[in-house]
Amino acid sequence: MKPEERPKAAFFDFAGCEGDQLQVANLEEKILDLLNIVELVSFREVMTEHSDDYDVAFIEGSITDSHAEERLKEIRNNADIVVAIGACATIGGINSIRNAQDFEKVQERVYGDEREHYEAWEKAKPAKAVVDVDYEVHGCPIDREEFLHVVQSIVMGREPNIPDYPVCVECKLNENVCAFERDEFCVGPVTRAGCDSCCVNEGTICWGCRGMIDNPNEEAHEEVLEEYGLTAEEVMKKFDLYFTWQKEAREDE
Amino acid sequence: MSEDVDIDVEYLTRVEGHGNIEVNARNGKIEKCEWQVVEAPRFFESLVVDRDWTELHHVTSRICGICSIGHTLASLKATEDAMDIDVSEQDKKLRKLALHGENMQSHVLHVGYLALPDLMDSKSVVPLTETHEEEVKTVIRLHRLANEMSDVITGRTTHPQRLIPGGFSKIPTENELMELKNKLEGSFNDLTAVANLLNDLESKIPAFERETEYISLTHEDEFALYDGDICSSDTGRTPVEEYLEITNEYTVPQSTAKYTKNNRESYMVGALARLNNNYGQLSPMAKDIAEKFDFDPLVCNPFMNTIAQVVEVVHSVEDSIRLIEELLDEGLEEQEEYNSPDIEPKAGRGIGAVEVPRGILFHDYTYDKDGKCTEANCVIPTNQNHGNIQLDMEKMVPDIISKPEEEVEKQLSMLVRAYDPCISCSTHDLNIKFID
Repeated sequence: MKPEERPKAAFFDFAGCEGDQLQVANLEEKILDLLNIVELVSFREVMTEHSDDYDVAFIEGSITDSHAEERLKEIRNNADIVVAIGACATIGGINSIRNAQDFEKVQERVYGDEREHYEAWEKAKPAKAVVDVDYEVHGCPIDREEFLHVVQSIVMGREPNIPDYPVCVECKLNENVCAFERDEFCVGPVTRAGCDSCCVNEGTICWGCRGMIDNPNEEAHEEVLEEYGLTAEEVMKKFDLYFTWQKEAREDE
Repeated sequence: MSEDVDIDVEYLTRVEGHGNIEVNARNGKIEKCEWQVVEAPRFFESLVVDRDWTELHHVTSRICGICSIGHTLASLKATEDAMDIDVSEQDKKLRKLALHGENMQSHVLHVGYLALPDLMDSKSVVPLTETHEEEVKTVIRLHRLANEMSDVITGRTTHPQRLIPGGFSKIPTENELMELKNKLEGSFNDLTAVANLLNDLESKIPAFERETEYISLTHEDEFALYDGDICSSDTGRTPVEEYLEITNEYTVPQSTAKYTKNNRESYMVGALARLNNNYGQLSPMAKDIAEKFDFDPLVCNPFMNTIAQVVEVVHSVEDSIRLIEELLDEGLEEQEEYNSPDIEPKAGRGIGAVEVPRGILFHDYTYDKDGKCTEANCVIPTNQNHGNIQLDMEKMVPDIISKPEEEVEKQLSMLVRAYDPCISCSTHDLNIKFID
């Protein structure tokens, strides 16, 4: 690709840990390959250069106040393509735990008497609750290879391949001992795959960071649910580290 | 000489999180000089309330992508302290390796990608990929090595998976450790190259000094990162349990983050504080590198924090090699797959302190008898540095105000960057609207 033909890309961060942008740095030598297919014009975390002239905007973090909402709308206006990266931007992520808590208490626990002094929405929202989002790279943090796949797809004008089946499918292929078999609780049966069941491979459980599959009641991993006498509903209810915003949004539909 | 100066840096670049610098002078008189923190609050101390003790480390890891291993470890130590959970010597050594991996990763990122462009008169590392390809590739190699280390020990570089209460869900194999050791031993040329590069650029480091209080962990047996007492360069040692006596958080109108102070108006944490307090315990090559920069504690130039980070990267490599050798000599004790230590939760309060790349970090949890969290407090390194950044700026600005505006802005930006702030970590942020 000729340097002048590269789409212009920009990164923006909202409420989050910036761990997804870190995965771009963690591409190591492949950063140089990335720079061959996109021209970075704005990336505050690593660059002082800045331009509002960009084709693709990558959004990390949740939207939690009206200032952030305005900023994101402006980005949407500037960009042809908006890509949400990481759980905070795609599904509200860890931030959305508080969406199920009493907001008065949330404020008081953290700020005590000074809770009046600041503005924050009662609920943390993903990017798509505020603007149209064209693509999502799931996970907490995102998977570097999947990120590259999405960028390459956008540059080539192809639709990226993002799974809509549960983590259990990958976990079975990896021949892991099922978490339920080990008397642990796991949301793999309802969580979107694409991570290669990485947390279970490392000896723990699926925590649900890629969010629920589009239709958990019909597409959840039935074999696992049946074997352990569970329903998709029960799994989603019992363990909701990452699902709070998604569940509420689906109830509202 | 410019009589009127207006510097308004909104969202300082090449730092983690959102902060502004504002300086106004009229007829040479400084009217305003502020370091402002404007990060959106994330309420972590509420997110963990009512959650199970097995989940807290997973949640609080998300406070920071860059120091997720450190947050996970501080969290686990607090939970383990609250519930009297023992951790084996082997697991402690593996945890120290994880911390070294993260320290290296974070420091190399800061020195190579964020700070170096200032010293090379570039706006970012991107143009350097063309003008200084070899140097950039050296930085990338060291960064990759650090990440590979975190992968081998914790399963992943960001938001580690294997670190759990009581130990590890999975541990590396002896072969993996051996391979890691070989790679670490192979990194000395790259380490020396980065140190030499910075040494050649030393004249670009502003000669600014302001004596302050330096706070870190300290330990009689080692350069403290994973364990130890709190140490102040002013007031000496304090047990971790009494951390609130040291941090003394308070609010200020020009910033959304809480500040801290102990013996003076502010104190500094991070690599420079650790070197100032524990210099004698550095590994041999780390000391050699420090000597190249005439490092002689107390060093009171905050810009030297970047150099202290380079010294610490070398220390982390050497100490990791030592730890791996010890583990291999003793022989790795195997553990079962999907290890989940047998723990009965109980009520209590626990405090965990760990040195993370940007300084000393505290997590403090209270649990009920079922192991549900009822209260939490996290004091983050960057919050502890905000007050010190402000006072440095106040001392520095009158000295440099007659320089061209862009030079003043660059030096102030460099000052903040030298602290390597991780603003989104700041769980105590107050999102106050500024009224000008």
